[in-house]
Amino acid sequence: MNKQVYDIVVVGAGHAGCEAAAAAANMGSKVLLVTMNMQTIAQMSCNPAMGGVAKGQIVREIDALGGYSGIVSDRSAIQFRMLNRSKGPAMWSPRTQNDRMLFAQEWRLMLEQTPNVDFWQDTVVKLDIKNGQVAGVFTAMGVYFACRAVVLTNGTFLNGVIHIGEKRFGGGRSGEKAATGITEQLVALGFEAGRMKTGTPPRIDGRSLDYSKMEEQPGDEVPGKFSYSRETRALSKQRSCWITYTNPEVHDILKTGFDKSPMYTGRIQGLGPRYCPSIEDKINRFAERDRHQIFVEPEGWHTVEVYVNGFSTSLPEDVQQQALNSIPGFEQAKMFRPGYAIEYDYFPPTQLFSSLQTKQIHNLFFAGQINGTTGYEEAACQGLMAGINAHNRVHEKEAFLLKRSDAYIGVLIDDLVNKGTDEPYRMFTSRAEYRILLRQDNADLRLSEMGHNMGLLPETRWEDVQEKLAQTQAITKYLQKLSVDPEEMNGVLEALETPVINQKVKLDGLLMRPQLGLSDLRKGSTLLDNFLKDYSTEAVEEAEIQLKYAPYIEKEHELAQRLGQLDDIRMREDFDYQQVTAMSKEAREKLSRLKPASLGQASRVSGISPSDISILMVYLNK
Amino acid sequence: MNRPQIFNTDDTIVALATPAGVGAIGVIRLSGPRAIDLANQICRNKDLSVQASHTVHFGIVEDDGRRIDEAVFTLFRAPASFTKEDVVEISLHGSSFILDQVIQLLIRRGARLAQPGEFTFRAFLNGRFDLSQAEAVADLIAADNEHAHRVAMNQMRGGFSQEIGRLRTQLVDFASLLELELDFSEEDVEFANRRQLKELLLRIVQVVSSLQESFRLGNVIKNGVATVIAGRPNAGKSTLLNALLNEEKAIVSHIPGTTRDVIEDVISIGGVKFRFYDTAGIREAEDMIESIGVERTFEKMGQAAIILYLFDLSTTSPAQLQAELDTLARHNAALLLVANKMDEIKSLEGLEAYRKMGEMLFISAKKKEGLDALVQKLLSWVEAGKIQNEPVVANARHYEALGKANEALQSAVHAMDAALPTDLVAQEIRQSLHYLGEITGEVTTDDLLGNIFSKFCIGK
Repeated sequence: MNKQVYDIVVVGAGHAGCEAAAAAANMGSKVLLVTMNMQTIAQMSCNPAMGGVAKGQIVREIDALGGYSGIVSDRSAIQFRMLNRSKGPAMWSPRTQNDRMLFAQEWRLMLEQTPNVDFWQDTVVKLDIKNGQVAGVFTAMGVYFACRAVVLTNGTFLNGVIHIGEKRFGGGRSGEKAATGITEQLVALGFEAGRMKTGTPPRIDGRSLDYSKMEEQPGDEVPGKFSYSRETRALSKQRSCWITYTNPEVHDILKTGFDKSPMYTGRIQGLGPRYCPSIEDKINRFAERDRHQIFVEPEGWHTVEVYVNGFSTSLPEDVQQQALNSIPGFEQAKMFRPGYAIEYDYFPPTQLFSSLQTKQIHNLFFAGQINGTTGYEEAACQGLMAGINAHNRVHEKEAFLLKRSDAYIGVLIDDLVNKGTDEPYRMFTSRAEYRILLRQDNADLRLSEMGHNMGLLPETRWEDVQEKLAQTQAITKYLQKLSVDPEEMNGVLEALETPVINQKVKLDGLLMRPQLGLSDLRKGSTLLDNFLKDYSTEAVEEAEIQLKYAPYIEKEHELAQRLGQLDDIRMREDFDYQQVTAMSKEAREKLSRLKPASLGQASRVSGISPSDISILMVYLNK
Repeated sequence: MNRPQIFNTDDTIVALATPAGVGAIGVIRLSGPRAIDLANQICRNKDLSVQASHTVHFGIVEDDGRRIDEAVFTLFRAPASFTKEDVVEISLHGSSFILDQVIQLLIRRGARLAQPGEFTFRAFLNGRFDLSQAEAVADLIAADNEHAHRVAMNQMRGGFSQEIGRLRTQLVDFASLLELELDFSEEDVEFANRRQLKELLLRIVQVVSSLQESFRLGNVIKNGVATVIAGRPNAGKSTLLNALLNEEKAIVSHIPGTTRDVIEDVISIGGVKFRFYDTAGIREAEDMIESIGVERTFEKMGQAAIILYLFDLSTTSPAQLQAELDTLARHNAALLLVANKMDEIKSLEGLEAYRKMGEMLFISAKKKEGLDALVQKLLSWVEAGKIQNEPVVANARHYEALGKANEALQSAVHAMDAALPTDLVAQEIRQSLHYLGEITGEVTTDDLLGNIFSKFCIGK
């Protein structure tokens, strides 16, 4: 039926699969996106929100490179908040609440409008491997697609098992079938596989809730957005979220279900995330706390369905219902569907190169939960990178890699392929050693040139970034040059309880004071105020951040540069570590197995000592 | 956050080139782009920057006007040197105190203490060796590293490792709270009490500073039970040390006040290392340099685990001895009175009067009599657990790490005082954790996350 040989087949159309398909197609590859159900493309299977701390930075990075997640999130947003505004700029984290249905719809429209993307509704059950390289996929319907590379983004579907109390059934998501076959084939080929678990809370009928007993959390007064592009707009109206709390009565009710909990009866073997525990896990591990926060998120503009964040559970549905009804505001709550836990297969990501290609099978790429991660943003950015690298591989180009000092995406992949993970991996800002460099305000300055150079980011977007850069530099120069008189500025300084000045002082010096922002200085200096009127808000903010935190930014730049030298020393894939007898046996075996792409990567493998690295340097000099 | 340092090849490294604690001459080697500049900075009487390669210069080593020693500087300009970089070798008197001071001085001016094998490593990278020698170089690095590790582990036993470990745990908790605030602010998390946090930081600064101080006072490179030999001038302290060492090391003479500084040596007795300090005699000093020496003696005694108080049996009456002991500075050390010059007294009568004054041994340092008994006594004290070993930083690498940790901790305090955002404070604290981790071999990032997950309830 199919004579055409696709460049790339993407298996799965979640966050990872959609980004992979879009990226590869935009770069010029012929892509086939295979999904079990065309109606569930880009489903938000967990909470209806994008971004948040560390994750919001990732969405900005995806957008800066030319991925779609930022644009889709903006177009389907029902609320925008910049989290952590009171902290330093490295912590500012955009987050949207999204209309779940609109989000999926926007993604599908974006993909439909992307040339080079074909769709096929089916389940891939087997890969066609020829001479250690993937050559096609076989589907459940018995169709064969020939291709030159495959990106697997199976999410929770590989041998997925759903648990609700003592009930247990195969499935990849509530109401959807699991996928079988691929794990078994890969294990037979020598891959190592493991089990992970995650959970989701019940969905509730919003009409049955009493919001007067909850605390309202509205969106930002002046909402921002994810995408740097001019294709999306900030929201003009927003929907609120609501906060309430559990109490000892709720905990007591939940405890009555523990003997039927799949978590405690040992029926779930997979490893769950410590940072996103189920409600039963929370009351068990943190018995001293008599309440836990519940965050009520609307599922969209029009639907009455709400998501009960903080109440992830796999207890029997009657216990869930009873416990919910003891939460303030939930007394009359009606459930649409209960929470559940899901177990699924993953492949320890140390089996991947940094390009996300598997080390065993050429041209086979993994992205998303199959690599042991959790979260939409984590999945999406891996999809983007896998899509780019599958394209590069097929077109015989160098792999596109991001360093830890380039992007959170670089941190994520570097952690995965070098350290692996024993629990679903979620991004935190504390995972990044160059947190102050990896900000949401400068993702475009960090990454857009790369996105543009590889033909992923449209020309107009790159022009915008150059314009922002030029404006930022002009403002910076001006602030470094312009001095203000005591008469102009002291009023402002006094009002903000910071020492007054006795003589003319440069503006950039004043800006370094923690109490002062550029908006304060504008009040004191009409010259400055008039000057800045000609520049974009983004450029003004960027210049302010760059000047205000200059010493810290500079420090991290130096550190990154110093440590980055090791990342620039490439290791050949066929390097024979066993010949380096001066290294410990453990080091030789680990490195032989992991095949690090650079010396820097080798240095981050657990158990590799600095002396092992210097020994390697000696050998590389050969 | 692991930051192997050996791969920096663009800075200037320094290390002792001769074995520690032995020999009349000690050689310090500098290599790197600033080698000549740094040597020049500490050399008072000659401009080394204009001297030709392969020349030798006599110079006086000074630290801010304080004279440390006389030295011979040997210059090698790149590429005609062992490492093919600029190299300066500084030959000094073999006192480890002096050598350590000069190394510290160079570190303060911007040199970095070399990692084991690093000179050879640089030599190799700069093409000094035939490529076929790669394996030998690699083996050398491996062996050196193993040695350094063993040494470090030895030093880490006892109070020091516990002290650092305790500090680090507190700081990890502190940092975890901050990271928790940063990463989970939107959730219902606990917040770090800023006042308590600052108090903790300041307390840690204090302990780190005192650990640094313990290094600065001369306990470098070697470790062992700090044993101070004290007493009036001419009681025979240097003679005793030399007798114990079996070699002419301290400057022995009969002129009171010859030993103007603290001289240090390590002797291994029955598997226990003793770090002996020969001190300047305690009396009213007659010149500046000597009075500094006496001051150091008191300082040293304050840090000693054992004080051997030596007196001349032939010239000191029991009453005089009592008067001397009364003037001793306050100390927590175990005190052993050592009656010297047994060979010079004519009668054994009247010795009882001395014995009543404390634990006492009678010896003749000159004739090497009674030394066995002395050595056995010291050993028995250590074995009986009588000696409390105070945490002492003995490894220059650890000292360097403490210095950097301290710097970062102080920046954190300043950042808090200036009400800077938490992420900037956290950056400084991560830095200090990193440097403390360099000593204990622990990694920061994983620590923090593990700590957060185990201690705090987070996640919606």
